Amino acid sequence: MSKKELVVSALENGTVIDHIPADQTFKVVKLLGLEECSDQVTIGVNLGSKKLGKKGIIKVADKFFAKDELDRVAIIAPDAKVNIIRNYEVVEKIELTLPDEVTGILQCINPMCVTNKERGVETRFHILDKKRCTVKCHYCERIINQEDLILK
Amino acid sequence: MNKLVSISDCSKEDILNIVNLAEQFEKHPNPHLLDGKLVATLFFEPSTRTRLSFETAVQRLGGRVIGFSDAATSSSSKGETLHDTIKMVSNYVDLIVMRHPVEGAARYASEITNVPVINAGDGSNQHPTQTMLDLYSIKKTQGTLENLTISMVGDLKYGRTVHSLLMAMRYFNPTYHFVAPQELRLPAQYPEYMRANNIKFDELEDMNPVLPVSDILYMTRVQQERFTDLVEYEKVKNTYTLRSSMLESTKDNLRILHPLPRINEIAADVDDNPKAYYFEQARNGVFARQAVICSILGMC
Repeated sequence: MSKKELVVSALENGTVIDHIPADQTFKVVKLLGLEECSDQVTIGVNLGSKKLGKKGIIKVADKFFAKDELDRVAIIAPDAKVNIIRNYEVVEKIELTLPDEVTGILQCINPMCVTNKERGVETRFHILDKKRCTVKCHYCERIINQEDLILK
Repeated sequence: MNKLVSISDCSKEDILNIVNLAEQFEKHPNPHLLDGKLVATLFFEPSTRTRLSFETAVQRLGGRVIGFSDAATSSSSKGETLHDTIKMVSNYVDLIVMRHPVEGAARYASEITNVPVINAGDGSNQHPTQTMLDLYSIKKTQGTLENLTISMVGDLKYGRTVHSLLMAMRYFNPTYHFVAPQELRLPAQYPEYMRANNIKFDELEDMNPVLPVSDILYMTRVQQERFTDLVEYEKVKNTYTLRSSMLESTKDNLRILHPLPRINEIAADVDDNPKAYYFEQARNGVFARQAVICSILGMC
C-alpha cells in the first residue's frame, strides 16, 4: 500500500464525501449529524488537491445517506463528490443537487428575524441562486450569500 | 389572495385588482360589506397613523374592531409567545391585522392560523399596504401605472417603502432614478435584480438632474443615525431637501410622494405647491386598506 493511500484508509462499505473545501469540512460533519454518529467516521482535512489547493474528505463506514440528506451538503460544498462504496469498490457516484428550499439546517443571520426571536420557529430558506448559493429567509426575507451562511 | 404578508407575493393582477377596488371605495367609501365581521388590530409596537387608517377602513365597511395599540397592553408583556397570542385571537375574529417589530412575524402568524392575516409592518422588512396606497396614489395622479419615470430620493438603503415600491412597480415597465448619498445607496440585490430583469435605472447623488424628467418623485427621510460619519451627514443633509423653487422646470404631471412622517427633506413651502401630494397620499391609505381587507375576505 503506498504512503499516499495510507493518509486516508480505504473503506469496505459506506459513503465517501470528497472534494470538500478544506474550511467547510467540519461544517459538513455537523450538517450530516456525524458528531453523534456511532458508525466509524474518518475525517481528513487540509489534504492536497489539484483543484481546490486543500480539500477535506469524510468517510463513513456502513452508512448510506438518503439523497435529500446529501443534497443539503451542496449548500456549503456545492462541488463535493459522493461515492458509494461496496466491497472496496465505487458502485455509485452521486451528483449533489441543491434543493429549492432548506428547512431547519441554517440559521438566519438577522438577529431581528422571527426564527431568532420566537421559540420553536423552524428556519426555512429559499435557494435564489443555485450557482452562487444565495438564499433568502422565508420569514424576514433577508438575502444571504454563501460566505455568510451559518449552520444551526 | 387570502393574506397579505409581503408585496413580493403579489402578482400584477393582485396589484391591479387592489388599485381598482381602492378607486371604487373612494367613490363609495361606506358600503357595509363587513357587517357582522370582527377584525383584530394587533399592534405589538405603536403606529398611530397605520392603526387609525386600518380601523377607519374597517369601520367604514361596517365591521367592528378589537385589539391593542402597544405590546405593553397585551399579554406578550407577560411573556406570552406570538404563537399563543395569535392562536388565542384566532378564536374570536374574522381577520387579523398585525404590526410587530420582529421581521417575519406576520408570515409566521399567517402559517399558524386559519384566519387571514394582513401585515401592517414587520420591523424593517415589509409594509405591503403602504405599497398598495403608494401604487394607488401613483395610478390616481398619473392615470396609469405603466411606463412611468419614478425617482426615489433619500435613504434608499434602509427605507422599506422604497424597496417594496420598486419591486411592485417592476410589472409596469418603469424607468427609475435612484438618488442617495453614498452611504445610503440601494442594497446591491436591487440593482442586480433590475439588471437581470432589464429594468431601466440609474443611481445618482444629485437630485437636480432627475427633477425635469420625473413623473413621480418619491422622497424619504435621510436620518442622522444612519450615518457612521457625522461629517458626511452634515455634508449631505441639505442636498436632499426639496424646495418649491426647485419644482419650476418640472413636468406638469409630476407629483411628490412621501410615506411620512417627513422631517426636513421637504421644505414647508412645497406643501402649497399643487405638485405636493403626500397628504392626499396618506388619505388614500384608507381606500387602499378597504380594498385589501375586502379582497382578502372575499367580499368583492
